Amino acid sequence: MKKTVKRKPLARRTTAKPLPDAPRSVADFLAQAWAIEAEASDRYREFAEQMEMANNMEVAQLFRKLERIEQKHRDQILAHMGRSTPPRVKAYRWEGAEGPETAAGNELHYLMQPWHALQIALHNEQRAFDFFKQLARARVPAEVRAAAKEMAGEEREHVELIREWLKMVSKPASGWDQDPDPPAFGD
Amino acid sequence: MNANAAVVARTPQEFKSDLKPVWCPGCGDYSVLAAITKAFAKLELLPQNVAVISGIGCSSRIPAYTSCYGFHGVHGRALALGTGVKLARPDLTVLVAGGDGDGYSIGGNHFLHACRRNVDMTYIVMDNRVYGMTKGQASPTTEPDWEFSKLTPEGTGLREFHPLVIALASGANFIARAFSGDPNGTADIIAQAIGTPGFSFVEVLSPCVTFRPEQRHWKDKARPAPVKTTSDPSQAARRILTDDGFNVGVLYVGNRKPYQPSIGRGTKKPADLEAGFVL
Repeated sequence: MKKTVKRKPLARRTTAKPLPDAPRSVADFLAQAWAIEAEASDRYREFAEQMEMANNMEVAQLFRKLERIEQKHRDQILAHMGRSTPPRVKAYRWEGAEGPETAAGNELHYLMQPWHALQIALHNEQRAFDFFKQLARARVPAEVRAAAKEMAGEEREHVELIREWLKMVSKPASGWDQDPDPPAFGD
Repeated sequence: MNANAAVVARTPQEFKSDLKPVWCPGCGDYSVLAAITKAFAKLELLPQNVAVISGIGCSSRIPAYTSCYGFHGVHGRALALGTGVKLARPDLTVLVAGGDGDGYSIGGNHFLHACRRNVDMTYIVMDNRVYGMTKGQASPTTEPDWEFSKLTPEGTGLREFHPLVIALASGANFIARAFSGDPNGTADIIAQAIGTPGFSFVEVLSPCVTFRPEQRHWKDKARPAPVKTTSDPSQAARRILTDDGFNVGVLYVGNRKPYQPSIGRGTKKPADLEAGFVL
């Protein structure tokens, strides 16, 4: 995915831990990358649906946008694999229960604002960048390292994109989660 | 992983209905729904061959969010309904789901006897240690010193119900604990539970972000159980009684034969039963 955004140095946060299930071929790598993007896209869709149900449409639309970005990335990988139907692959885990680009399921609040959603997205894109960068330096075939490097570059662009978006929203004031008509009215 | 050998897979989405959940954003039950549909897809079940049964409570809304047969039943009676469905239609995969209040308080007695009876079905309890639908009262699994309900301002002072060890003592054939923050791991456990004959019990730690916001930190506590699954009840009992409630995994698998009476040819048809009610 090509975007014209200015690049900034990114924090070096790579881990020294060995990669689980390191891909042994480009085909394996693409299947893993597809699983990572598909899971991230699914999670953003779930988040969008939750915020729509809570009638927080501004944040819901933002999650829809993030979903579309991940979907596009997922579909590009699928095309690169020469497939038209999804592969049957295991969910990929990295440093936790899910893939590097998947947001934790309980990070939402019904009063959250776009700034919060973008913080979630920034964290995910940074993790994806770290993951692919680590893979690009791992003991895997050279062609896998090259593919991982390319993917890391794309994730880096996503990080920059989210940072640009963050400049356009204001950080919520303290007390943003105070609800004058809260669901916890007592018993 | 071999991408080239892949075939078109049954997808979790096929097991979801068009109805969108109304749970609070961030609720653990979303991940449990995702895990259940992933497990169904993994087992290559068909929606028309699955019945999802529930009682009352936030988590008990779950049948409506699946494309399977569903029954949103009476409070605490989900296991009785599930038992009836399975005995009448042994060909169906029966999954019963609900919360800690529904399952351990109102339905506590059904829980004991469902374990004892060992009918081939899977029971998933989304445990958030609170009654969420009624705005946050202490449930059987609430800690004795939880003081955030006006009904129990100084805590309940009562020892928590210990569902896993009670399930073991009552005869459940499969006992596991899962965490909603790991939907893939939870899906694997649910798939294993469904695939194990007899009564399978899966306790899922599923945070209530509204009434128990501190449960967001369960993600820092839940971890894989550091032991292998055992088929020895006494070993399982020691492990379950002495862990801190955050060991996740399949903790016990027995080999009891499921209860499934034969349905004889002489069974009445629905029309015969209805005839008795004609005025």
